Amino acid sequence: MVYKKRSDGRKFDEARKIEAKVGVIKRADGSAYFKFGNTWAYAAVYGPRNLYPRFLQDPSKGILRCNYNMMPFSSRGERVRPGGSRRAKEISMVTKKALLPVLDLDEYPNSVVDVFIELPETEAGSRTAGINAASMALADAGLLMKDLVASVSVGRVDDKLLVDLDYSEESCEDVPVADVPIAILPKSGKISLLQMDGLVSKEQLVKLIEMGKEACKKIYDVQKKALKDKYKLTGDING
Amino acid sequence: MDEDLKKHVIMLLESDKRLDGRKPLEYRKPINVEREFTKTAEGSAKVTVGDTEVIVGIKMEVGEPYPDRPDGGTIIVGAELLPLSNPDFESGPPGIQAIEIARIVDRGIRESKTIDFKKLCIKKGEKVWLILIDIITLNDSGNLFDAAALGAYAALQNAVFPKFDGEKADYKEKTNKKLELKNIPLSVTVCKIGDKLIVDPTTEEEKVIDARLTVATIEDGTLCALQKGGESPLTAEDITKMIDIGVEKGKELRSVL
Repeated sequence: MVYKKRSDGRKFDEARKIEAKVGVIKRADGSAYFKFGNTWAYAAVYGPRNLYPRFLQDPSKGILRCNYNMMPFSSRGERVRPGGSRRAKEISMVTKKALLPVLDLDEYPNSVVDVFIELPETEAGSRTAGINAASMALADAGLLMKDLVASVSVGRVDDKLLVDLDYSEESCEDVPVADVPIAILPKSGKISLLQMDGLVSKEQLVKLIEMGKEACKKIYDVQKKALKDKYKLTGDING
Repeated sequence: MDEDLKKHVIMLLESDKRLDGRKPLEYRKPINVEREFTKTAEGSAKVTVGDTEVIVGIKMEVGEPYPDRPDGGTIIVGAELLPLSNPDFESGPPGIQAIEIARIVDRGIRESKTIDFKKLCIKKGEKVWLILIDIITLNDSGNLFDAAALGAYAALQNAVFPKFDGEKADYKEKTNKKLELKNIPLSVTVCKIGDKLIVDPTTEEEKVIDARLTVATIEDGTLCALQKGGESPLTAEDITKMIDIGVEKGKELRSVL
């Protein structure tokens, strides 16, 4: 089989339909959702707030905690058992590391910033959707930030390089596949998440990262717009 | 308990008022039901009651029947109070609050006989459908009990069976076959603060409740589940009044379905 066209008709460098909204959970200090097609991530931020038990506190800076969780009915297959898998723990950890570089936690000694990512519906790319939502929720919570974080998965199916793999592409078994989730700090272009599974050459990877950066620019624009939409002024302040 | 807040709430109730300006027996608005909220579930709904938002999703699996009922499937209800939905909720296995919500929703559906469990039987003694109902809080601004029951029923309404491939469920294909539902079980939680009764408490009001009674009914007013909560006892007169309110308000809630 030769891979020529994407099953949903997208261009190779085109992400699925993106949708983002800020301020979706009233009780949270900051919140947002982000969708890549049928993959949907909510994020809520609580904090900075006191951290207990106290021995976890760091008097020199605040700490960030991230928790990624799939809702029990979020998978097309069988029910996902609640309680957190090894996969969810790992994703929580890499999410935290993807977000940390943009935060300035020195201002919040002994405190914790909690980020809860919850997915009602998933179909590949859930960690990247979660990072995008979390970064908007952190900004919505009014935390000191140097930048947002934009994330997307890039990859390879056969000899084609693609942006934002969907489930059929990620799980394709007939041809070589690689899935590379990355997160970019848009202003500096630095990379705060990089994972890969599959087979890929160094040249392909370099090209994929370039494609990912381009795609993240568009995601960044959507994130900024969603934030501005929440905080836009409804009246004319100049009278 | 916050005694000052409680005194204030009771003082307001003396003149039929609430903290947010509602009447004692008035639900928050809007009450909304958004069906097919997530496409990965076999059935789902998001329920909004004021600021409270609850998602209910249903997965259907093929499993073995219980030995004492070889020709019947069953429902399994779970509730998760996500730390995303309330700053006081913590990560971890479901606590007693989540378990109580799940159990009351379970009893309301089960005892109302709205689902004929025998119709969930695929092969007697071997294979039956299990209806897994998961209640997830998205934003907790109070009265999760009633929102959860409403969401569970709405999700059951739009649930469709996946294909059965002879062995297990094949989730790649959904069928057109819906669950047959005979009744509409819903719950109304009536709360007592001092000697006053209210419905649809906010999280603030929940902090000062003396007692509550969750009244689950079907359309004709027949009771299908009850649960008393809170630390104060109730008199028989209290209970009669609370049930009357539950039946009356149940009609109001049913009108949004």
